[in-house]
Amino acid sequence: MRLSASDLACRRGGRDVFAGVSFSVAAGESLTIRGRNGAGKSSLLRMVVGLVRIAGGSLALEGGDPELTVGEQAHYLGHLDALKPSLSVEENLRFWSTFLGATTVELAGPLAAVGLDALSDLPAAYLSAGQRRRLSIARLLAVKRPLWLLDEPTSTLDAAAQIRLGEIMRAHLVDGGIILAATHSALGLEDARELRLDHAYHSPLVGEGQGRGSSGSAQASTAAHHLATPTPNPSPQAGGEQQKS
Amino acid sequence: MTPLAAILLRDMRIAIRVGGGALMGVLFFLVVVTLVPFALGPDLALLKRIGPAILWLAALLASLLALDRLFAADHDDGSLDLILMGRAPLEIVVAAKGLAHWLTTGLPLVIAAPLIGLFLNLDAPAAAALVLTLLVGTPALTFIGLIGAAIAVTLRRGGLLVAVLVLPLTVPVLIFGVAAANAAVVGPIPFGTPFTILCALTLASLVVGPFAAAAALRQEME
Repeated sequence: MRLSASDLACRRGGRDVFAGVSFSVAAGESLTIRGRNGAGKSSLLRMVVGLVRIAGGSLALEGGDPELTVGEQAHYLGHLDALKPSLSVEENLRFWSTFLGATTVELAGPLAAVGLDALSDLPAAYLSAGQRRRLSIARLLAVKRPLWLLDEPTSTLDAAAQIRLGEIMRAHLVDGGIILAATHSALGLEDARELRLDHAYHSPLVGEGQGRGSSGSAQASTAAHHLATPTPNPSPQAGGEQQKS
Repeated sequence: MTPLAAILLRDMRIAIRVGGGALMGVLFFLVVVTLVPFALGPDLALLKRIGPAILWLAALLASLLALDRLFAADHDDGSLDLILMGRAPLEIVVAAKGLAHWLTTGLPLVIAAPLIGLFLNLDAPAAAALVLTLLVGTPALTFIGLIGAAIAVTLRRGGLLVAVLVLPLTVPVLIFGVAAANAAVVGPIPFGTPFTILCALTLASLVVGPFAAAAALRQEME
């Protein structure tokens, strides 16, 4: 299984967010997407699952189920936790695992894996932000899907939970999964490859100080160097330890 | 359990729990209908004549009450993203959400109508006819309302917009619903004529509503 994108472009609200983004991730590999605020990290993830229109380029999942779209074979962990406050922890997870098409609904294991097994009867309204995030992560374990798209997965998680998430992600990779994660902090994936979305667009440092929205064809050509190189991750992530969130 | 049964069950559960909208509709219905005799005075003949119209108007407003949050709540907490990328067809999911909304807000109105009809001097045959028209007509209100709810999903304070968009579209349902109820009470046209058209309107809205709402949701997500 291989997720490959070539020359992807994103346009939102009449503004070019990025262009010329290419990457290729095989089973068992992970890709961290980095870039400053507004560089299009979240848009890229949402584009992969089909929630943002692809303005240019192409995206394909080789070796997947040809009957299903990429989004239907993916888990998307966004900024929002998709939990209903009036339902209990267990009811929330049961709903998503049924809705997302789990063949067998098994909730105890995923809840224990994120350390929420003791709270399964508590309404989600009483969960803290970190516990809500952990309940969302349990969704990824309750339903098997090969492709995980994680948007700032460690935000609001405490140090122990970040280490736990690192273990969960490594287990998924060992199972032959693919992880794309947009993040500012380290995730504990030692050999993750990196895709940087910082480039000429809207940057005052590059291209003689063009302002926002003044993107032209000249910039589009300078932006075409986004090939994720299969080199191991540089030192900031090599430790694999939790960082400040 | 299928994904659609899951979403039906989830929405009904949320609606009947604290903070859900299920009881609000019935209470609103009760309050509006109770106020009418106070405003008009104890003219039993007049109340009997306009009773079906009052009950239908109140039911129409009550079923719109919780509608604006139908998709907006899912949008605000991120559930809509997962629903949109899910394997279940969006049109069917929308229909399941509409059905859950009708079961928790429309059906209680139908059940409460004969009791509240006592305030408006409705006798047993008239109440039976009214219940029948509401039972057939309120699903149309919900499923037409789905379209407005889907269009207003990304708007803050979209509730008023939903009412403005949806109320004109419900005029035919209101006309034939009240006409059928009145035909049973005072005549002279037979009950069956407007009632059949009401059934047709409901069937059409059951088909058109989910498709239009799903198209609106897809459009907005981009």
